[in-house]
Amino acid sequence: MRLDLLKTLNAERAARRACVLVTNTATAAQRLVLADQIASDPLADELETALRLGKSTTVEKDGASYFLTVQVPPVRLVCIGAVHISQALAPLARATGFDMIIIDPRTAFATPERFPDVRVIAEWPDVALPPLGIDRYTAMAFLTHDPKIDDPALIAALKADCFYIGALGSRKTHAKRVERMQAEGFSDEQIARIRAPIGIDIGSVSPAEIAVSVLGEIIMALRKKPLRDDKITGVKAGVAA
Amino acid sequence: MAAAELAVDDDILVKAAQWREAGRGVAIATVTETWGSAPRPVGSHLVIDEEGHFLGSVSGGCVEGAVVTDALDVIADGKARTLEFGVADETAWQVGLSCGGRIKVFVERLD
Repeated sequence: MRLDLLKTLNAERAARRACVLVTNTATAAQRLVLADQIASDPLADELETALRLGKSTTVEKDGASYFLTVQVPPVRLVCIGAVHISQALAPLARATGFDMIIIDPRTAFATPERFPDVRVIAEWPDVALPPLGIDRYTAMAFLTHDPKIDDPALIAALKADCFYIGALGSRKTHAKRVERMQAEGFSDEQIARIRAPIGIDIGSVSPAEIAVSVLGEIIMALRKKPLRDDKITGVKAGVAA
Repeated sequence: MAAAELAVDDDILVKAAQWREAGRGVAIATVTETWGSAPRPVGSHLVIDEEGHFLGSVSGGCVEGAVVTDALDVIADGKARTLEFGVADETAWQVGLSCGGRIKVFVERLD
């Protein structure tokens, strides 16, 4: 592989843009296809499929064998609320490879002392979120159960089609949240994507145990079939089911 | 540093570029096909330098030693090659792909 190809590939990933490295496994000839070049590539159909699945694979075309190294952006976890659960979640998220960012306008909560080694933004979500460019490769966990803080970010998460949206709060709290999102014009199908109460039901009690259940739910949304077939619609189907 | 060395595949390719830019001979090994129970999915990388230092994995530690040995040849002669490991293969028994799976690994030099 040429160093310049590898550096471009690394830069695309850092910029959260998908790309595919195509290698002829017999001749070792290679090319890097950026996201906006895929449609005009000779292997356009194969590249589209591999990118949608988010998986590297070998394809055959015109008697030649090509290995496709698929790069999709690294998965991020954005937490609204610099709360006790977020503190427990931070080291778990790091260990499992999620790039975690915490947003909370309450400066008493959003301190570096409470969150060593985590990016904490002490701003309201409407200020903090736009520069982050949340996308379908982003998971969002809403942990304040304060509508003033959660709701603007929840609206942004639904619009951005984040692969996971989970919200803390009782069923009663969530029922009110659903009403507010309906008033914002979101469809029932969109609102059904919000996982609430947040986390897999493993009977968690402590903040650390709740953090485990939240992270488990995020990993399930990311990895579990039918997500392997189609990450995005799969999440929707999973929630609706 | 410990966390960085644990390394998800993304970090491994960043490290490969850094090693090369520092003037080290580098090879990248990539799992291109798997059959049966294989411990690491297609697309997993192992990055090797000319002194045999490596990061990442292409199996659960079963065949890395053999891949590193071949990678040193690739770094030396620049010829990419595909390695295959499986239980039917005498070499695989020696290096121990004990899970019973078969994997194909493409090894190329970073130029």
